[in-house]
Amino acid sequence: MTDQELAEFVRSTLIKVAPDLESEVFAPDKDFREQFEIDSMDMLNFIVALHQATGIDIPERDYNKLVSLSGCVAYLRAKGYGQ
Amino acid sequence: MIEFRMPSLGADMDAGTLVEWLKKPGDPVRHGDIMAVVETQKGAIEIEVFDDGVLDQILTKPGEKVPVGHVIATIRGADEPPGEGPLPVGAPPPPPTAASAMPPASKVTPPPPVECPTRQISVTPAARHRAAELGIDLGQIEPGPDGIIGLDQIEAAKRPPPPEPERKPAGISFEEMRKAIAAAMAKSHREIPHYYVSSTIDVSLLMGWLEAENERRSLPARLLYAVPLIRALALALAETPELNGHYIDGRFLPATHVNMGIAVAMRGGGLIAPAIAKVEALTMDAMMDKLRDLVGRVRSGRLRSSELSEGTVTFSNLGEDTADEVLPIIYPPQVAIIGCGKIAKRPWVSEGSLVVRRTLTVSVAGDHRVSDGRRAARFLSRFEQLLKSPEAL
Repeated sequence: MTDQELAEFVRSTLIKVAPDLESEVFAPDKDFREQFEIDSMDMLNFIVALHQATGIDIPERDYNKLVSLSGCVAYLRAKGYGQ
Repeated sequence: MIEFRMPSLGADMDAGTLVEWLKKPGDPVRHGDIMAVVETQKGAIEIEVFDDGVLDQILTKPGEKVPVGHVIATIRGADEPPGEGPLPVGAPPPPPTAASAMPPASKVTPPPPVECPTRQISVTPAARHRAAELGIDLGQIEPGPDGIIGLDQIEAAKRPPPPEPERKPAGISFEEMRKAIAAAMAKSHREIPHYYVSSTIDVSLLMGWLEAENERRSLPARLLYAVPLIRALALALAETPELNGHYIDGRFLPATHVNMGIAVAMRGGGLIAPAIAKVEALTMDAMMDKLRDLVGRVRSGRLRSSELSEGTVTFSNLGEDTADEVLPIIYPPQVAIIGCGKIAKRPWVSEGSLVVRRTLTVSVAGDHRVSDGRRAARFLSRFEQLLKSPEAL
């Protein structure tokens, strides 16, 4: 997967748990919690969805690496996802 | 014959527009069934029935806006023979396909009401004022289903409804929601003599316990820190009847259970506080499931009427990366609201030494007609004590 494909995968995973963000434009490096008022429940649901889609186990201490598209892409790459 | 009325939708909503009936005449109905979907200022609400029987007649059609308490259908008791009331021959239910495609009420000309004894048209003072302001001729305005020209009708006549912004669940107008919140909060501010009590408590132990617990759990089973907070609040509230109940018509009615309204921010603005019933009886896992379900339904606009009217106390948790403390306003007819600021590392004195601890400031707003600050202070001590043994929660 290219970085762009990975970013699209992350975006679509987030939209699955927050369908109201469907047509929003995501700034790649921006914290999406701030950009879209994602609260802790949305965030946890998003991480659960990422885990279920990729099989990667994500410890709680890593959650703050997963708050932007680019952060998620870097994290998934580091875990060997999409090679 | 049982009258099925537009249920209460909480202090900030006094009317609802019928969007869709989920039952049709002749269908059996049971306590707890969802009867219909109603559009309110805070989005779509599913309204439930609290009787058993058979749906007899539907009296309010999709698109009609009716006040809380208005009879919208009749239900035949389980032992009532059919044919006692007039049969719904003349009023067949709308086909479900048309109903589900129904646009919000502001876009349609309301159909003539089925049951409206008088057709006298009156104009509310606010509507008259607004119409004059906008240069709208009142004679050109179609009154609402109740025969009244209100602000809604003026606003609808003013301009074609704007395209719905994308970031909101279908049907919610933030302007309308703000009005609803303002009305309830103005009432609270006007009528409830508030007092405030707050404590900053060390939650390092709780957070350490939660981190270890979540480390051990699979991802989907992990808990948010709001869950042990709600659990401890529920237990402490169950011992503090003065903070849990309703104040109605000059009298305090303590509640038998803790139905905790959870303030959930809606994306794009606005707030709603649907209640989780009997929280004092829920384990933390059950609470997490309920909370997840509730937030999901706030987002998708599928709350139930009982969740908006049966709260006995409200919890407002600001959450991570927010402010230090919140001094919330009571949601009438409740008599208390509890607010938590963010959890952050702060200087703390422990056994005579200055240390760094994770702390949380909890505030209680109480109603002086029912209790005093001293009672709330005792409640906070109990809450703090419960959080010191998170494993026992």
